[in-house]
Order: sequence, then C-alpha cells, then structure tokens
Amino acid sequence: MKYLHLVWAALMRRKSRTVLTILSVLAAFLLYGLLDAVRVAFNSGGTIAGVDRVVVSSKYSIIQSLPESLVARVAATPGVRKVTWANWFGGYYQQPRNQLINFAIGADYFDVYPDYGVTPAMADALARTRTGVLVGKTLADRFGWKVGDKLPVMGSIFPDKATGETTWIFDIVGIYEAPDAASRALEQQVLLNWKYFDEANAYGSGQVGWLVVQVSDPQRSAAVAAAIDALSANSDHETKTQTEQEFNLSFARQMGDIGLIVTAIIGAVFFTLMLLTGNTMAQAVRERIPELATLKTLGFTDRSVLALVFLESLLLILIGGVLGMALAAALLPVVSAASGGMLLLPPISAASWAIGIALMIAIGAIVGVLPALRAMRLRIVDALAGR
Amino acid sequence: MSGLVEIRDVSKRYVRGRQTVEVLHHISLDIQQGDFLALMGPSGSGKTTLLNLIGGLDAPTSGSITVGGQRIDTLGGNALAKWRAAHVGFIFQFYNLLPMLTAQKNVEVPLLLTKLSAAQRRQNAKIALQLVDLADRGTHKPSELSGGQQQRVAIARAIISDPTLLVCDEPTGDLDRQSAEEVLMLLQLLNREHGKTIIMVTHDPRAASHATHTLHLEKGTLAEASVAA
Repeated sequence: MKYLHLVWAALMRRKSRTVLTILSVLAAFLLYGLLDAVRVAFNSGGTIAGVDRVVVSSKYSIIQSLPESLVARVAATPGVRKVTWANWFGGYYQQPRNQLINFAIGADYFDVYPDYGVTPAMADALARTRTGVLVGKTLADRFGWKVGDKLPVMGSIFPDKATGETTWIFDIVGIYEAPDAASRALEQQVLLNWKYFDEANAYGSGQVGWLVVQVSDPQRSAAVAAAIDALSANSDHETKTQTEQEFNLSFARQMGDIGLIVTAIIGAVFFTLMLLTGNTMAQAVRERIPELATLKTLGFTDRSVLALVFLESLLLILIGGVLGMALAAALLPVVSAASGGMLLLPPISAASWAIGIALMIAIGAIVGVLPALRAMRLRIVDALAGR
Repeated sequence: MSGLVEIRDVSKRYVRGRQTVEVLHHISLDIQQGDFLALMGPSGSGKTTLLNLIGGLDAPTSGSITVGGQRIDTLGGNALAKWRAAHVGFIFQFYNLLPMLTAQKNVEVPLLLTKLSAAQRRQNAKIALQLVDLADRGTHKPSELSGGQQQRVAIARAIISDPTLLVCDEPTGDLDRQSAEEVLMLLQLLNREHGKTIIMVTHDPRAASHATHTLHLEKGTLAEASVAA
C-alpha cells in the first residue's frame, strides 16, 4: 500500500488522458453490466414454484398451436382455478416499423389478468363485438386512436378467410389503462376477440396458441404444472407449462440466441477496450522511462518497477470498471421501470460482479504486461542517457 | 591504505550496433572515506561511465570494484539494487525528481524501500529538507521550484537514507552561477560536516575547486590527479 501514491501519481501525470481512459473503461463496463443483466434475464425464466399464473404452450415451439379442447381438460385439473387462452396475431399498423403486439384472447382473460385494468364494460364490449379490439392507452395515445375508430392491421401470418387478404379491419371498442406503473407495458398491446379470429382466419379453427392457468395454491404450482403436462403426454400436442416470464422470453428468443449476441457484443467491446487501454499504458510508460530509471537508480528492483506498472494498469481498469458496473446497477431499475414491465432486468448478481472484477483484473493484466516488462527490462544507464 | 572505493584494473566496453567501443581502459583507483573527488575530462573520456560503475548502475566488462569492503561488480540485479538503496545517494544534472510528487514526497521515495513507518518517513524527509534549507518548500511540486531548489531537493533525497557515498553527475551543469555555488557549498558541507564521501563528475573547474581531490580522465584512462590546497 505504501507504493499506492506512486501509482496514483503516475496515473495523474496526464490527468485528461487518464480521465478519458477511465471513461472509456466505465462505458465498457456499464455496457457489460446492462447487457449481462439482459443475458441473465433471457437465460432465466424464473422458477415455477410459488407463482399463481402459469402458461401452457406446445412443448416443441411457441408457434405450434394446441387444440381448443385442451382448455376444458386443463380447467378440470385439480388445483386449477381458472383457464383462459390466447393466439398470437402479429402485424403492423400502416408502416412495417409500427409493429403491434396483438393477440386474440379467450373467455375470462381479464379475470386471469386483472393487471390490464380492463373494466367489465370494456370486456363486455369486446365479447359483443366480433371485430372489436381493446387497445392500451399508451399505444392509443401514440397513434391518436379513440373508441369507435376503425383499426386496419396488416397481418403477417393469418389471412382473412373471406377476403384471402392478410389485412384485417377491427373496431376499437375500448382503451384500457394499466392501474400501476409496473404493468405499463401492457398498454402497448392490441387485444382481439378470439371467437372472431377463430372463425375468420383461413388456417382453420379450434386451435389456441397458449393457455394461461391461474392456480388455486401457488405453493402447489409446480405439481399443477406437472399434472397439466401429463394430460397431453405422448400425444401430438405435448405441452410445456412454464412461468410467464419464461414464456415471454421464448418470444424474444425467436430473434436469436440472446446470450450469444450479448456475449459477442461484450467481447467486441472488451477487445476494443484492450487495444485502447493497451495503447494508453504503452504511451504512459514510454513517457516515463527516465522516471522509472530514476526509481531503479534509487534502489527499486526490476520486480518492484514491474509491479508498479502492473498496479497502475490494474488500478486504471478497476476504477473505470467498478464505476461502470456501479452505474449499471443504479440504472437497471430505472431501465426496468421505464420499460413499464416489458423488460424486467434483474439487479447485478454477486456472480456478475465477480465475473466483472475478474474481467477487470484480466484486462488490466493483459494491457499492463508489455509496458510492465518494458519497464522491468530497461537498463538504467541507457534510460538516463535517453537511449 | 585501502580506500572506501577500490577499483582494480577496470575496463568497460560497449557494443553499439556492430561497433565495440572501449570506454574505460584498465582503470585502478582508490577513493578514501571522506574524500570529495572531482572527476574531470572532456566529453567521451569515460567520466560518467566510471561514475555509473562506482554507483552500481552498470557493471564493468573486466576488473573489480569494491565499495566498503563489498565487491559490487559480482552482484546480481536485485542485490545491486538493494546495495544502491542502502549505500549510494545519486545527484543528477537534471535533478530527476518525480514531477507529480511534492518535494517532501520526492525526498521520501528512497525510504519506501525501508521498513520505516509513514510517520517516520515524513519526519526524516522534513529533517533532510531542513538540512538543504527547503523546509518551507515541502508541499511544492518540482515545477513550482527553481532549478537550484530542485537540485537541493535531489540532494535531500540523496542523503535521506544516510548513504556511504554520494555520486553526482554534473550537479551544477543546469544551474546559474549563484545556484551552482549554493549547491556546491551544500555538497562541501555534507563532505566536511557529515563526513560524506562524494564523487562528482564535472566539466566546470570552479565546481571542481570545491572538491578535495581532482582526477582527470582522457580517452578512458586516468591522466593526472591533483589535490586541493
């Protein structure tokens, strides 16, 4: 520790360069902290035990539908309080960039999902209007929709049986407002009448995308899930019952292997960081050759000088890295809150901190090794003579 | 009588590219405890090379160097570094202070290699700065001091660990006449009052006149010696 002020003095020799380097390390580890949380979120759907709602979908793919008849069988399973279902519809409004989160919903949907804040009058209006849709307030505000408007949706999967076109015209019968901020993401959705969808789509009827099951006792949810999956074991529609979080993530995973994408991005960022800080360290040591030679003259051994430069490199990365991860830790709840529940990012775990610190040490060691070796090997008389 | 520094048949050759340059040829020399020796000679005569060998910064190609009874030409890198820390104080032409440290912290640097506590290091550095009449400049960085003051800080750093030997390479080469005189008087004081053995390389006859002995080097060999009156 008694050498720390020497290391610090070396870092502060070029303040602006050190600050800029620390900022670049900070940015890299901020990204690491945020993206690692995304990776963790996408890799862990949570445990089924203790949850009061579970989702039943095809065991093999979320785009594989299930027979509607399964709804009644699941409803009869002991421990199940209520069952509803839904079907993904997809599509966009006016422009492909206005992609919509829309699906057709079955009976009792809002009994299972009070989180939407849909009033009984709105639910009735949807049930009564074949072409009706309910839209979230955030989405309605974005596009200026109001109750009574016609809503043309350019579907991407299902053609209308009557027209053969994938453009469907709906009627907005209600605009719902989520009761709390955590559910604000629900206001991005368009909910269709499943009966209409089932009858009018050209790909056949009697199919549902997934079932949502409310269990009577959350403590028994794992057993209930197993019982539900047993209903269709060895059939052509085997199911997988999972948490809502895991089910939602499986949608996102259709884009690709999020973990791999995140790892690749972080890898590229750290590689660039190593080049940048490696160059900074090399330059910093090159400038200080006479000073390092002076230290050696005064009796510092080769190994002491090596350690000083190594420490400098580690300190540079650790300061930026810890600040970056701390900032990420502070930002994660903000990002989660801002997403209105659409993106629930976990706090940075102890394991992620440990990996982050290990990365900082590894990067510090890698970028410090060549300058440290150069400092260790320099000959005093040559260095003092400026050779 | 054997000296504090005994140099026996020392030669030093450097390889520069394809050329081998013999800088010192078979030098033998004794320097007594308490001497203030000025090494003079034209550029390229080998003065600084000889000083570096005596200070343990470089090793001779052949011959032996003994300081205080210890052969230093056979010591390895780490042992030589430790020997330098314990026995030699260095004063350079361009001071070689660490620019980001205050004068006091600069003076403390050699003590980082000892087991002294931070408080003891601080206390010793204050005393050393008092000795060079810079007690009120401890918090100043080198850039905030004049050349003469920087050299006095360097002298304080050189004496902080109470070394046997002070080696000075053109200590007044970068100073105006008055500052040079102050530095030389200080070296003389350290020699006379504190018994420090000083070896000083200089071009300046005025600086050499402060020494008790002067040796001249010519093309790597000792040319003549003179003793101050």
